[in-house]
Amino acid sequence: MIEFISQPWHWAASGAMIVFVMFLLLWFGGEFGVSGNLRTMCSIFGGGKGCEFFDFNWRAQIWNLVFIGGAVIGGFIASNYLASPEPVNISAETEAYLKTVGIDTPRTMEEGAGFVPNEIYGTENAFSLSNLIILIIGGFLIGFGTRWAGGCTSGHAISGLANLQLPSLIAVIGFFIGGLLMAWVILPQILTL
Amino acid sequence: MKFLKFLLTGILFGIVMTKSEAISWFRIQEMFRFESFHMYGIIGTAVILGAILVAIIKKVKGKTINGDEIKFNPKTMSIPRYLFGGILFGLGWAMTGACPGPLFTLLGHGILTILLVIASAILGTYVYGRLRSKLPH
Repeated sequence: MIEFISQPWHWAASGAMIVFVMFLLLWFGGEFGVSGNLRTMCSIFGGGKGCEFFDFNWRAQIWNLVFIGGAVIGGFIASNYLASPEPVNISAETEAYLKTVGIDTPRTMEEGAGFVPNEIYGTENAFSLSNLIILIIGGFLIGFGTRWAGGCTSGHAISGLANLQLPSLIAVIGFFIGGLLMAWVILPQILTL
Repeated sequence: MKFLKFLLTGILFGIVMTKSEAISWFRIQEMFRFESFHMYGIIGTAVILGAILVAIIKKVKGKTINGDEIKFNPKTMSIPRYLFGGILFGLGWAMTGACPGPLFTLLGHGILTILLVIASAILGTYVYGRLRSKLPH
């Protein structure tokens, strides 16, 4: 059983399991949207003083913080007890491109699980100029952009599109305009700084 | 006890994000470069099955565990808000290789530098809140 779960999951099984998580959240009286937690955290840290956007009853959102706390534990369990025998199987084209910008794609577990590149996320590398730009500006854009758009991949691309919301389709088109611009044009420049 | 079910659902979500490989920075580069179907398959399956789920819940007037009707709040129509906000998020997503769900899941994998991304994301949300009245919505 554990061996069966530990294999990398087929995309169809993965998509179905995401919908199962969405169903559980709806059934429990919540909803599937992760980025709202960032606003809740601002509110808990005192952001409501002098800013009405953060002056709301954050206690009503504790269930969602508990949910992402669970996601941290789930990540720990998956990495320690359900790890795949092989790293993520990235396409040869992507691997070849990444090599040209100085990122090696792991092909053995000794080189890494294939979740994050050590060249960017390794603690010994994180404090280079290009990596600080990626981690800090990237994080800032995630926080600013998701709140402006009112949701992220879970809230718009999955919950919103599943509910046939046109605003969510516009948001997803935006995600792709930004993502394509970054992946094709800007990121190669930053990585080769 | 009220929160235990959310904790367990979150644990399942972290496992799903990992085993689907949606937490992989490499998978996100591959997706935006159109060099693999994997991420499109995941999101496409989730949207189709999710649409069926939402339609059924609406049809049968599905109730929560507490007996309340499950409601879906329609989003207010606007273009600049979703388009500009979406573009900024897309830039950050392709840069860090993580959207908010994977951000927290990766922390559980012991990737401590992700804390820098999480802290910056909280700051970004805060700055948005302060500038909100000056931005088009």
